[in-house]
Amino acid sequence: MGIADFTFYVFALVVIAAGFFTVVSRNPVHSVLWLILAFLTSAGLFVLMGAEFVAMLLIIVYVGAVAVLFLFVVMMLDVDFAELKAEMARYVPLAGLIGLVLLMQLGLAYGTWVTGEGVELLDAPQGTPEGAAHNTAALGALIYDRYWLLFQMAGLILLVAMVGAILLTLRHRTDIKRQDVLAQLYRDPKKAMELKDVKSGQGL
Amino acid sequence: MIGLEHYLTVSAVLFVIGIFGLFLNRKNVIIILMSIELMLLAVNINLVAFSAYLGDLTGQVFTLFVLTVAAAEAAIGLAILVCFFRTRGTIDVEDVSNMKG
Repeated sequence: MGIADFTFYVFALVVIAAGFFTVVSRNPVHSVLWLILAFLTSAGLFVLMGAEFVAMLLIIVYVGAVAVLFLFVVMMLDVDFAELKAEMARYVPLAGLIGLVLLMQLGLAYGTWVTGEGVELLDAPQGTPEGAAHNTAALGALIYDRYWLLFQMAGLILLVAMVGAILLTLRHRTDIKRQDVLAQLYRDPKKAMELKDVKSGQGL
Repeated sequence: MIGLEHYLTVSAVLFVIGIFGLFLNRKNVIIILMSIELMLLAVNINLVAFSAYLGDLTGQVFTLFVLTVAAAEAAIGLAILVCFFRTRGTIDVEDVSNMKG
């Protein structure tokens, strides 16, 4: 067994274990941390396959943005998680049964699956096609050439998601003091303050 | 020698774990969202594995789009969750039906 095979097995086991602990963890903060581990190790799997750009993107987008967002929400909302977890044991048989059935179905599907005519699977994974300088350059050429419209629409999806998220969570509270810029600008010093000449030895 | 089927097995197991988590944490929306992220990750592994073993970059391009949609979905889902928590004080899924007009 070569070092590449060994690395694959380590990453595969870690990603499956991390995924499992994400869903069974009692503390949601631990769940998010296991999720981050799952993302990091699958980025390792992507690197093994030669897809470096997607691997780095996974780390930046998922670990850097999505997982931190989850962490924020878990920590900022004062949720009684113990109550939500109380009934978890009740669902274990049903969830296990459904998982087993699905796994067997996927096994059956992959067992009978053959590649189509004229399609040849490579012996070793090759993330970058022959002749290309490197993975990122080849991907860039493909995205900005053949898939430019989809790329623009992906940007639009992100814009809509951003506007939606801000719109949903923004609220103007009325029970707090807030800076009113116009009122500050239109304040007149003559009305706001008064000079008094105080005699020494006397009060006002 | 690691072949395509190894990666497909990992991704299938990860996908099933995602569905398992969906049924296991029926009340906690945050874990449900995380399970969905796990399932999307499994799909991404599938796409990249096929892309690498067919020598065709298109699979990686689609991984990029799946990633975009997953990020947007997580942002919107968590925003709805925060909204819901503010009005109801809980994130129990069974109370969500109260939202209907």
